[in-house]
Amino acid sequence: MITPTHYLVLSALVFTIGVVGVLTRRNVIIVFMSIELMLNSVNLNLIAFSDQLHKLGGQVFAVFVITVAAAEAAVGLGIVISLFRNKETVNADEMDLMKW
Amino acid sequence: MEAIFFYILAVIVVVFAVFTVTARNPVRSAVYLISALIAIAGLFLLQEAEFVAAVQILVYVGGIMVLFLFVIMLVNVREAVGQPTTNKQTKTAVVLAAVLGGELIFFLTAGARLFEVEPDPAVIAQAQTLNTESVGTVLYTTYLLPFEIASVLLLVAIVGAVVLAKKTI
Repeated sequence: MITPTHYLVLSALVFTIGVVGVLTRRNVIIVFMSIELMLNSVNLNLIAFSDQLHKLGGQVFAVFVITVAAAEAAVGLGIVISLFRNKETVNADEMDLMKW
Repeated sequence: MEAIFFYILAVIVVVFAVFTVTARNPVRSAVYLISALIAIAGLFLLQEAEFVAAVQILVYVGGIMVLFLFVIMLVNVREAVGQPTTNKQTKTAVVLAAVLGGELIFFLTAGARLFEVEPDPAVIAQAQTLNTESVGTVLYTTYLLPFEIASVLLLVAIVGAVVLAKKTI
């Protein structure tokens, strides 16, 4: 029998993997992909509770999360492109234009 | 049967998530992430959320990840062979993330009983229509305002992305 707890634990694992990716990788694009992973783990939670409680709010919210992820990816990748144009790098630790 | 599918998909998700984070080549990383996202869509299907599963594949795999691949190809920096792929704070970050993950899983399993909430019988008694149909109804009635705000957000993101990526403003 698969309970919501199974999904919550899986989602916690995926979230932690995403956190590791965000904190350790140098390539900004992979950092973005890790963020997508974390957003997806949240969706997993929302759907698990939506299924458990037989309410659709969770699924609607998951759709909103996907919307926000799309917007975030578009803007973030725009920033990556303009940074690449200026600095010729996609490494997070070399992007220190705003560091005082 | 449900358990078998759950465990297969869960293992696929976790393995490909790890590959996504550890892959050296960003293109491979993107392809691994696509696999993980498709497996997550399978998990949504397992929970009778067909609409979200379809949206996940259409928007995430078909839209966002293709955009990612485009940008990766666009800013393709020559693969510096000897260069490290991780930054200086890696050890601390991994330890802290392990603490976070352990904590999350400990409390989730310790409080597992609390998640076994019985659904409201009145909700179950309601007509069992198709998932997509009921999600659409809820989206355009109860959640109409957030829905409209999301469309404005997308418009802002489009304009923002175009302006950011322009050479001269």
